[in-house]
Amino acid sequence: MFTPRSIQSSLTLKGKIYSIDYILALAVLLLGIISMFAMYSTDGGTFGYHTKSHIIRFTIFFLLFLFLSFLHVRFWHSTGYIIYILFFLLLLGVKYFGLTSSGSQRWINFYFMNLQPSELMKVGLILFLAKYYHRIHAENVNRIKFIFLPLVALIAPVLLVITQPDLGTSILIAIGGVVVVWLAGVRIKFFVYLGVLFLSLLPIAISFLKPYQKARILTFLNPDRDPLGAGYQIIQSKIAIGSGGFFGKGFLNGSQSYLDFLPEKHTDFIFTLFSEEFGFFGSIFILLLYVLIVHRIIKIGHITRNNFGKLYCYGFATAFFVYVAVNMGMVLGLLPIVGAPLPIMSYGGSSMLAIMFGLSIVMSCKIYKDVPVN
Amino acid sequence: MNKFNPSSGKSASIQISRRMFVLSAGKAIVFFGIVGRLVSLQITESKKYSTLSDKNRFREWKIAPRRGVIKDYFNNDIASNEQIYQLHITPENTSNINELFFRLKNILHLTDKKIYLIKRKIKKQKPWEPIIISDNLSWSDFSRINLFLHELQGVEPIVSVARVYHDKSTSHVVGYVAQVSVKDLKNKEYLRDMAVSGIAVGKNGLENKLDKEIIGKVGFQRYEVNAYGKRIRQIKKDEGKEGANYNITIDLEVQKFTAELIKDLAASVCVMDIYSGEIVAMVSSPTYDPNAFVHGVKKEYWKNLLSHRDKPLLNKSISGLYPPGSTIKTIVALSALENDIINPSKTYRCKGVIELHGEKYHCWKKKGHGFVNMRTAIKKSCDVYFYEIARILGVDRLSETAKKFGLGQRVLDGFIEEKSGVVPNTSWKKKFIGKNWYIGETLHSGIGQGYYLTTPLQLCLMTAQIANGGFKIKPHLIVGEKKNNNLKKYIQYKNDNPDLPLQTDIAIANFDLDPLFKNQENINFIKEAMFAATNEIGGTSYRSRLKGKKYMFAGKTGSSQIKRFTEEQRKNEVKQSEIDYLARDHALYIAFAPYNNPKYAISVLVEHGGSGSSAAAPLAKQVIKKVIERDKLRSKNEFIDSEI
Repeated sequence: MFTPRSIQSSLTLKGKIYSIDYILALAVLLLGIISMFAMYSTDGGTFGYHTKSHIIRFTIFFLLFLFLSFLHVRFWHSTGYIIYILFFLLLLGVKYFGLTSSGSQRWINFYFMNLQPSELMKVGLILFLAKYYHRIHAENVNRIKFIFLPLVALIAPVLLVITQPDLGTSILIAIGGVVVVWLAGVRIKFFVYLGVLFLSLLPIAISFLKPYQKARILTFLNPDRDPLGAGYQIIQSKIAIGSGGFFGKGFLNGSQSYLDFLPEKHTDFIFTLFSEEFGFFGSIFILLLYVLIVHRIIKIGHITRNNFGKLYCYGFATAFFVYVAVNMGMVLGLLPIVGAPLPIMSYGGSSMLAIMFGLSIVMSCKIYKDVPVN
Repeated sequence: MNKFNPSSGKSASIQISRRMFVLSAGKAIVFFGIVGRLVSLQITESKKYSTLSDKNRFREWKIAPRRGVIKDYFNNDIASNEQIYQLHITPENTSNINELFFRLKNILHLTDKKIYLIKRKIKKQKPWEPIIISDNLSWSDFSRINLFLHELQGVEPIVSVARVYHDKSTSHVVGYVAQVSVKDLKNKEYLRDMAVSGIAVGKNGLENKLDKEIIGKVGFQRYEVNAYGKRIRQIKKDEGKEGANYNITIDLEVQKFTAELIKDLAASVCVMDIYSGEIVAMVSSPTYDPNAFVHGVKKEYWKNLLSHRDKPLLNKSISGLYPPGSTIKTIVALSALENDIINPSKTYRCKGVIELHGEKYHCWKKKGHGFVNMRTAIKKSCDVYFYEIARILGVDRLSETAKKFGLGQRVLDGFIEEKSGVVPNTSWKKKFIGKNWYIGETLHSGIGQGYYLTTPLQLCLMTAQIANGGFKIKPHLIVGEKKNNNLKKYIQYKNDNPDLPLQTDIAIANFDLDPLFKNQENINFIKEAMFAATNEIGGTSYRSRLKGKKYMFAGKTGSSQIKRFTEEQRKNEVKQSEIDYLARDHALYIAFAPYNNPKYAISVLVEHGGSGSSAAAPLAKQVIKKVIERDKLRSKNEFIDSEI
């Protein structure tokens, strides 16, 4: 258990500030600023509710990110399990006190914001597993005894989220967890077993679902089932992106979005809106910005000397990339619509908070890269 | 708590980096997958998606064009457009369509059937396309709707234009418009991209013939709409193009006068300018109200029209087929002269009947005409004389002349309802009836009976081409349609230089005319004989003559038999007025006027009118008087001036 003393560092404040990865911070800031303009466009070129709210959130969470970055990496290491348990309790709380909106129960009302614990769990699980694998000996990694706990830590929140129901987030949580388990060196055959187990549990899980929840999953598996619902969204998104062409229709001129053909334009389809207005040129720019962020996180993982930092950074970088890829794949019509926000760009406090929280641990790893965690 | 183990940490670190490398490779593949997809959507297929995006954005509402106006020779409106009040519903703007119909039913007294039909139509079209609930509201209904408008969501009162016909005398010539039918879409290709609610299409007459030009071009309003179909702003407006306006050769005054004259008869009157071929009047009676069709004909009215004994919908002038009767004697005589088979001074003795191969052929005059030459035979319309010359002439030579003068073929262009009639000959009978020709049938042909069938307009053309000296003309109804003033110039030249001995063939070559004769003297002989028939005592239409050089005309009567007279009827001298209406002869009359300086030809037909001299000629007399009175005005008319 930690004491306040244990998180004291040997670095001076100046040294800490100097150690910040400015490229990463600036890339995140730039993306944040771009997202404000995109949000301004979704509000029909007015300084509307979404824009204001988004700017406030980004500002607060970005500052929070910078502040939390200075916490000692040992703090994150020592609180890893506690944070996971806290997020898990919140997730359980959703089951009993959660707010229901459009058929799914995902949020807890915290007065200043409606928190979606499943978003936080994306980071919480990676943190938990990074700590877990840091602490066990390399030779123990593949022993059944040591596989049991991470498996439970992974499956428990995923099942909770799936029954909200929120398939998209549960898949993203699972991917993040699996990535860390993979990085830790667990043999490939365990992943095969896991896959088989998952498939065999699927029918049982489905039998617990309510009819409308089943319908949602069926639509997810086959979008043509509901051409005017999920099918409509993907068709309109492709039209918007395709009609953007090379240079786009121009800022505030995205007809697909401002004439309301584009669904969920603030959240999951924010990339579509941007892509329609700024074309191939803008899309590639955003994509490269994300690649830059992922690259910087991997680089931090690379230079971090402790395995906790490495596992966490690599795991978070990969998960971050997966979030981006799933969202873009979805709006580009390569993947079914599952409801996955685009990190930083999409409107939504919980997602933003989770990403900033995750990034601050990355930054902490950077600042304290040479410090052993225990 | 485990101690930090450098060696174990080291090997774990290598393991992590190795596995991270595998993940990075995976990321690179995904990255290029996304880039590839962006290239395909935004560069390769960008055009396709731009089109789809525009399809989303823009919706077009078509605007029905204003139909061209049809005016008579003196610029009087015949068919024009009037302001009407309509009620449209845009289904997607209504909150509850059933409730709305319930309200409208009370306000407009709509029938359940009509509502059912409208609802069925709504299902077939797009929800943003307006549908016409009522296309011709009375002012009181229209104002009542406007009063309740705030309660009727999705209802739009519209002030629109619709066809209006000013006079029933022109119904058959002009025809009528009505809603587009499936058949129209099949026949008229240009209608296919004119699908706009409220557009009317010409169904017959000139409205049909001129439809493509007179209908105009459909305009549109292009709006940007949002995903819910709400109009955001107008992008483009194309007013379309009004249909072309036309002046027709009809003189509405003569037309109306004539229509009034024959309104209680089943009859047809055609008047034609013998040089230009302009049709001055073409009246068919009884007539109908073309306005009744514009907004959908009422069932009752339509039934009445169809079941009426005198067939009001039929344009008798061009679709009615009648045996020409004695009016064809002009052509029989001409054919005999042209083929040089008889000297006009040769006489035959008419005893009232002749016998051929045991069959009796009667003259209309039971006692007979005695000795008659050709002139007298025409003047008195002696049947026996024409039996004789028809027998010598033969039906094939007769048919040749008859066809040359316009019988047996359509006179006008583009009138789908026009009939061609029959000019029989031996090969025709073989082909259509499959039997050999009998000589007896030649005799019947000689007096315009038997297989002969003509339209009144054909008879008018025939008369005109005799009257103008035997030159071919092209009858037409639209001013300038078949502009050819050569014949007029030729006549003008002849009148200006009366002393100049002008060889016919030279004149014809110089004026590019198309003569129908071998020897013009033969034509003149026929004209003179027709003069005798009208203006000499004993002529068949002597009682209907007009006096004075200005009005004097020449004509030929005809009575075409519907049913053969039995020997008994003949013996008892049964009068036409004593037999069944539908068995009575058709009365015919052809004439041209003025005799000294011919300008107009006329044909009159009265169905079951009895004899031509008593039923048809008196009508012709009145019409001719009217036409000649109007001649000065007509020849002064601007169209002629501007065209010569």
